[in-house]
Amino acid sequence: MKIQEKRETPFLLIIFFLFLLLVGINAGEVSTVLETATRICLNCIGIG
Amino acid sequence: MLRRWIQIIATFLSNSYLLFPFTRNIYQGTLKSFCTPGLNCYSCPAATGACPLGALQNFMATLRPGLQTGYQHFGLYVIGTLGLLGSLAGRMPCGWLCPFGFLQELVHKIPSRKFEIPQFLTYVKYPLLALFIFLLPFFVADEFGYGTTWFCKFICPAGTLEAGIPMLFLKPELQALVGLLFYNKLFILGLFLLWMVYSRRPFCRVACPLGAIYSLFNKHSVFKMTRDPDKCTNCKACYNNCPMEVRFYESQNDIDCIRCLKCMNESCKFGAISYEITGFEESRDQGIKGKAVVRGQ
Ligand code: SF4
Ligand code: SF4
Ligand code: SF4
Repeated sequence: MKIQEKRETPFLLIIFFLFLLLVGINAGEVSTVLETATRICLNCIGIG
Repeated sequence: MLRRWIQIIATFLSNSYLLFPFTRNIYQGTLKSFCTPGLNCYSCPAATGACPLGALQNFMATLRPGLQTGYQHFGLYVIGTLGLLGSLAGRMPCGWLCPFGFLQELVHKIPSRKFEIPQFLTYVKYPLLALFIFLLPFFVADEFGYGTTWFCKFICPAGTLEAGIPMLFLKPELQALVGLLFYNKLFILGLFLLWMVYSRRPFCRVACPLGAIYSLFNKHSVFKMTRDPDKCTNCKACYNNCPMEVRFYESQNDIDCIRCLKCMNESCKFGAISYEITGFEESRDQGIKGKAVVRGQ
């Protein structure tokens, strides 16, 4: 295993998106996704 | 071969609700709180997860009335999930986990003359992402302020194939609603199915907004592909075998690289392709089939 220059951007991105994910969960978005995904989506089928 | 198995397992796990012929309905359990990593319609009778694109459009379509009532849901849960996956592996979910990507690879195996896709078309997915997932669902609203899921409604061939056609059989009463919208989507599905025979993964490369999101991370993700210029002979074997038509010898971590590793494991005879994880490179001294690496050829 060779070591090239270390990169920090991926870690900053992970922290940023983890933060967004947690804010979303905290805002109650998980139940909104559940609600959306358990309804039959007429648009997806192409008749809505 | 390992990738094939993972694709099969991922397709099955994304669609493993096998009770639908008895319930005559889609799965409604809590697993649907989680987004699938690939494009898999949540209105497919067998689907077990939520399509991230469908969920995002719904957040955008309901954002305006939400803002007025102080109920602000920006879709950060979905954006966070996709961003996290992208930061770790870039477009790798496309290469290993997405059922619709898998389908395109299988259809492409049908023997025929094959055609390249012009490079400029591969940028069409970005305006599609901006318009059909974010802007149109948010800005074009009805009298109550609600938008609609534009990509699902007018384009998504995965929705037509996985939800449209099976649901019309499962719930015959829906057949009365079939009209121009359905025929438009059926036409788009037919077009892409045909194109898949002749070109490599056309939907992924030209039109998929989810692939467009992941592609933004390819250059900055934890996992990255690398090329050793001393070993690479520009023989183009990587390009010839690449399911996304990436010219790896010119562009590593290209927007269309789905990290399938086919170039590394099955194509390059010179051991010039490897990967690195945040700076730690897995170097390869052997080309495929154990052939010794011929340096500087
Ligand atoms: S129609 Fe397409 S974008 Fe919409 S939820 Fe289904 S798979 Fe996702
Ligand atoms: S680009 Fe879209 S359809 Fe293609 S593999 Fe990725 S998520 Fe699936
Ligand atoms: S460049 Fe290599 S890893 Fe990337 S998509 Fe093509 S074959 Fe797969």
